[in-house]
Amino acid sequence: MHNFLFGIYPYIALSVLLIGSVVRYERDPFTWKTSSSQMLRRKQLIIGSILFHVGVLVIFVGHLVGLLTPIAVFDAMGISHGAKQLLAVIAGGIAGVMALVGGGMLMHRRWTDPRIRKTSSFADIAILALLLAQLVLGLGTVFVSLQHLDGHEMTKFMSWAQGIFTFQSGAAAHIEGVALIFKLHLFLGLTIFLLFPFTRLVHIASGIFAPMRYLFLRAGYQLVRSRRHRPLEERRRAYDKVQAKRGPTATTPAE
Amino acid sequence: MRVRAQIGKVLNLDKCIGCHTCSVTCKNVWTTREGVEYAWFNNVETKPGTGYPTDWENQKRWNGGWARSANGKLHPKQGAKWRILANIFANPAMPEIDDYYEPFDFDYDHLKSAPDMNAFPTARPRSKITGERMEKIEKGPNWEEILGGEFSKRSADYNFENVQKEIYGEYENTFMMYLPRLCEHCLNPTCSASCPSGAIYKREEDGIVLIDQEKCRGWRMCISGCPYKKVYYNWDTGKSEKCTFCYPRIESGQPTVCSETCVGRIRYLGVILYDADKIEAAASAERETDLYGAQLDVFLDPNDPEVIAAARREGVPEDWIEAAKVSPVWKMAMDWKVAFPLHPEYRTLPMVWYIPPLSPIQNAAQAGQIAMSDQMPDVRSLRIPVKYLANMLTAGDEEPIVHALERMSAMRLYMRALSVDGVRDEAIAARVGMSGRVIEDMYKIMAIADYEDRFAIPTAHREQNEHGADIRGGCGFTDGNGCSTGEAGKTTLFGGKKKKFALPQETF
Repeated sequence: MHNFLFGIYPYIALSVLLIGSVVRYERDPFTWKTSSSQMLRRKQLIIGSILFHVGVLVIFVGHLVGLLTPIAVFDAMGISHGAKQLLAVIAGGIAGVMALVGGGMLMHRRWTDPRIRKTSSFADIAILALLLAQLVLGLGTVFVSLQHLDGHEMTKFMSWAQGIFTFQSGAAAHIEGVALIFKLHLFLGLTIFLLFPFTRLVHIASGIFAPMRYLFLRAGYQLVRSRRHRPLEERRRAYDKVQAKRGPTATTPAE
Repeated sequence: MRVRAQIGKVLNLDKCIGCHTCSVTCKNVWTTREGVEYAWFNNVETKPGTGYPTDWENQKRWNGGWARSANGKLHPKQGAKWRILANIFANPAMPEIDDYYEPFDFDYDHLKSAPDMNAFPTARPRSKITGERMEKIEKGPNWEEILGGEFSKRSADYNFENVQKEIYGEYENTFMMYLPRLCEHCLNPTCSASCPSGAIYKREEDGIVLIDQEKCRGWRMCISGCPYKKVYYNWDTGKSEKCTFCYPRIESGQPTVCSETCVGRIRYLGVILYDADKIEAAASAERETDLYGAQLDVFLDPNDPEVIAAARREGVPEDWIEAAKVSPVWKMAMDWKVAFPLHPEYRTLPMVWYIPPLSPIQNAAQAGQIAMSDQMPDVRSLRIPVKYLANMLTAGDEEPIVHALERMSAMRLYMRALSVDGVRDEAIAARVGMSGRVIEDMYKIMAIADYEDRFAIPTAHREQNEHGADIRGGCGFTDGNGCSTGEAGKTTLFGGKKKKFALPQETF
């Protein structure tokens, strides 16, 4: 069972995440959205949403870097496991509390405000509840971690995560003996990955890529789309060619 | 020079009777769906008033439009790109639905299904969002209709800037006018500039600004970006929607629904050729009062051989060039200078223009003491203050407004002389710098306003735009999501709401 949950289930979850997202993006682009409810009620959203998103983003980046950076890199940089663990506990703890407070405000608003409640789908409420549960579990692990600050426990998770991503069959064995709360946190996290393509969480992907395109790929501000087959330069060239052939009096338009 | 064509629009406020036919027909066609009950792609406001959504013109509050920084560069007033992205979790400048109004319906069924009661049954309001009882309706789509409400509230109107407004609260001095509003299909739209997803775009062929429903992710920056507050968030689909300029109709040469059904015949549609290379410079004009003139410079004369040659070179179809020559929009905006952009100071270079209304002489009650200059009433003594109109249409510059109003009253005087006395009084025309022939043309288009004179719309050129093979097996016009219904069997896989697709049926 342990091997299934932490050796096989991660691949199921990540596959569904990847394939499901591609299918949804290709097949149902109209459903791909943030589902913002700010229009219906501003109250509690401004503070709640900022706290929640900033907190979650810090945690997300922290997990990504913390789990997937090879241990050798930390060793080479001279960061001891204990220092890394301390950083994770402090930064993660602060961000976790921010996200939990913000998420709590969002949940309160979603649950009690008749406008938001009425327009929420089951998935909207359920995924927020799962995220809150995950935050509580994650913050709960801090207390366990405080009992062994040498960072040894943490390297187990790094080995596991990197093992999963490098397709090592024995990855699950790395976390055989860790506390139950860690296992619950991992399992719920994988489940959230699994549910990603079927919920509003898909907007995370857009939240990462859209700003990149907006900032770096869009020259200036304006967007003009042409439905004409030929781009402007080609049209100009074609016109000039025809003009040259027929003499300056020709009035044939470019297309 | 980079010649592009746009279907522009002019609304003659002098003839608007405030019947709301445009709004209602628009709503019936485009926004009768859940999520956009509150949205009016076209609405008619009574001015002076704070409008819909409340106080929309006040960009100190809503941060719409563009701002010009000290180095002459433009950025959206709500912030440059990075600033917009910083607000992505919660948009501080976005209106709440209560700034428009909470959509409602009445319990009509109760009128016929109520049991025998002592009191007469009534139809009480119910929220269209929550379905709950609304004890009191606080706001509606046209809350200030015909000067409804107290002057103290209505006079928060932004156009009263630099106007001694107190006296207009007095019964004897009161004035009103209608302002029908729709998306301006700007040359320099802030909505598209603010969209992080790149879902909003302007069409090269006809200038219509549209939102790609499949690319919109609901970041909501367009709503605060648009200074006219004409992009609406559909709270049901989570996407933004706006006036489409009825593009399926325009493409087939028909006027938009609002224009087609306008009872007062105040709406005009026609081709305007413009120079896309000049847009940026025009929108960044230093003084706000220069913006109207700067936009005139962006437009290209369709009778100029150089312009025609350039237009052909860039692929503007021949019939579009011909249509530009007879465009009523060109005549009113450029030839006669009677039409103006709505709030040019937002720097969006709007393409729906307005002819200011004439109004009765303010002191007509004092018979015989009417302020006249050369037999013509002094337009500065009209009931609607010129400054008020100037704040609305020329960023406060009164001169062009006075000029237009004088031409319009000269037209009346000239035509009165012609039809009553049978005299072609060229002197009247000359006084406003026109000729009798031009005034008669102006009368034909602005006063008689035959269908053929109001609309000069060339059809889209499908041979330029579509490959037949590409659209084979396509899904035609859908409400987003292309061919997919978002359903797998009986459940929806990706969270879309299940909606039954029903073909419209004829009922007799």
